[in-house]
Amino acid sequence: MSGGNGIAIDVKGLTKSFGGREVVHDLSMQVKRGSIYGFLGPNGSGKTTTIRILCGLLTPDSGEGTCLGYDIRRDAEKIKRQVGYMTQRFSLYQDLSVRENLEFVARLYGLRDARGAARDMIKRLGLSGREEQLAGELSGGWKQRLALGACTLPSPKLLLLDEPTAGVDPKARRDFWNEIHALAADGLTVLVSTHYMDEAERCHEIAYIAYGHLLVHGTVEEVIAKSALTTYTVTGEDLNELTAALTGKPGIDMVAPFGTSLHVSGRDVAALEASIAPWREKSGLHWHQSSPSLEDVFIELMGRSKDNFQ
Amino acid sequence: MSAVDHPEPRHAIRERFGFWRRSYAMLIKEFIQLRRDRVSFAMIVMLPVMQLLLFGYAINTTPHNLPSAVLLQEDSDLARSILKALENTAYFRFIYEVHDVDDFDNLLKSGKVLFGVEIPRGFERAVRRGDRPALLVAADATDPVAASAAIGSLGMVVQTALKHDLYIGDPPEMPFEIRAHARYNPAAASSLNIVPGLVGTILTMTMLIFTALSVTREVERGTMESLLSMPIRPVEVMFGKIIPYVLVGFVQAFLIISIGVGLFGVPVLGNLFLLALLSTLFITTNLAIGYTISTLVQNQLQAMQMSMMFFLPSILLSGFMFPFAGMPGWAQYVGECLPLTHYLRIVRAIMLKGASMQNLHFDALALAVLMLLAMTIAVTRFRRTLD
Repeated sequence: MSGGNGIAIDVKGLTKSFGGREVVHDLSMQVKRGSIYGFLGPNGSGKTTTIRILCGLLTPDSGEGTCLGYDIRRDAEKIKRQVGYMTQRFSLYQDLSVRENLEFVARLYGLRDARGAARDMIKRLGLSGREEQLAGELSGGWKQRLALGACTLPSPKLLLLDEPTAGVDPKARRDFWNEIHALAADGLTVLVSTHYMDEAERCHEIAYIAYGHLLVHGTVEEVIAKSALTTYTVTGEDLNELTAALTGKPGIDMVAPFGTSLHVSGRDVAALEASIAPWREKSGLHWHQSSPSLEDVFIELMGRSKDNFQ
Repeated sequence: MSAVDHPEPRHAIRERFGFWRRSYAMLIKEFIQLRRDRVSFAMIVMLPVMQLLLFGYAINTTPHNLPSAVLLQEDSDLARSILKALENTAYFRFIYEVHDVDDFDNLLKSGKVLFGVEIPRGFERAVRRGDRPALLVAADATDPVAASAAIGSLGMVVQTALKHDLYIGDPPEMPFEIRAHARYNPAAASSLNIVPGLVGTILTMTMLIFTALSVTREVERGTMESLLSMPIRPVEVMFGKIIPYVLVGFVQAFLIISIGVGLFGVPVLGNLFLLALLSTLFITTNLAIGYTISTLVQNQLQAMQMSMMFFLPSILLSGFMFPFAGMPGWAQYVGECLPLTHYLRIVRAIMLKGASMQNLHFDALALAVLMLLAMTIAVTRFRRTLD
């Protein structure tokens, strides 16, 4: 097993079922130390379950692996000391103030100077002046910032963030990601699940999971290349009409509007080009071949996995 | 937060005394939450005061204007004289005068009167002859407190009243016999028992509910998930959640006993320190049971229902409402498994009889065993994962 070397998470064949329904199926992944690993996939795809297995909150039905060099089955207690887990739902105490929440975490982890550590974290989070405010009264962005602060307070080696930016405004999201990059630069490994494509593009590596299956992983470029998708971008008038005409034609796997343009994608280049040929010369439409966006790749993956697993 | 700042390892982690440290972290958190929960905080004080005042004034030991009937089988001066004397005490209010036994019985049975005096035929003559005839007194003892107090006062009242009234002078003893019959409930409970009993009952109720909600509340608010992801052990969670309420229970017990002594004149004959010590044991036992309930149920509603399931037998089978010795065997066995049963014996014995530890070691031991049992179940039942 990988011990103290460059791998933070190394798991193989994780499977977990709830009430006969398989939520995670034969999932294997490796996350390098100090990297930001993005976890993408539709709702209910098993992202949260996987994260909970990694931090010892759930025991897998089968599969094995290590987290920070500790066995995920046997050493859950040791893993918990070095992992900061930020839950999807705000899970600090709403009826405790900012300071009290942080002091609670600091005491629980046995920080030598709990008050001092909380004070420093408040300053770092920019929450000075709000330390006596109840956590439940903070706005969404501040709550999420506080939750991240509570996770990082005991100086963990691995951060597991479950949709940390859901429902947070763009400015707060950007600040949050800046912070995550700063933490990773210090050697912290971050596994973050998200729905946002712009966030996925800020990860060093990403994995796409749907219906419990990990479908693809790698850097953003690798994932796009692996998709073997050819995409044409069309601009012009009457795009709605074009969408209706092209959908379902041979070789066309996906027709998706992006603002004022239309992305037409398919894996079979020859069939795709044959299908769009009659429309290419039409006046008022401008065609050009482009590389597919991450979103094209994911929507196509999601559509395909639906056929395979449902 | 700026991008360059990052957690510095300047706050070193201590590995020693982990157990106490984590329990302490939990304890502080619970204290703060309790303090901030105004309603619960008010309940801690209001509940015992309200219950005690309500119960306390209902157990008024001197009866007042008890609706009464008299069955007159002879209309003699002596009979009138006795009735007058009884009425003068203001304990009784004679609202019916009947001459037929069936009418008399029906009045009692229907609850129109709680008390009846029967003066038999030839009563006065028998008194004059010195035969000591029986003055029959019937009381509806479904209300045992009122009935027993009234019966108890009867002898003195009649005797004092008749001293001045009766032409037979100042007899060395009662010229007639009072034969009291407590109907429907021969074993009337003593009222002094109730205040000490209330200490136990109120503590059972409040302690049980406080901890029964503690774990489910964390689950429902979503805080359990992050708590479980932190390095804290089930025993530490339990201690952290129980200890603050030991103090709460102590305050409540103090409040109830103070009011009991100050307002209702209940004596504390035994050692106060011993009472405090064993009360703490009882409080902890109840908290442990409440906490166990908390680990068995899914949500706060179920926790409340299960607490009630435990609370009801505690009230009914512990000897608080009905005398323990009067219960059938199986009920006594159930009663022995309830902490309240043992605590009632302890608190009554210390307050009313001045008992010492030698008299109470069995009940103290029983409480300790129940506490350890509950804690063991709680710790093993506490789910460390979300599976």
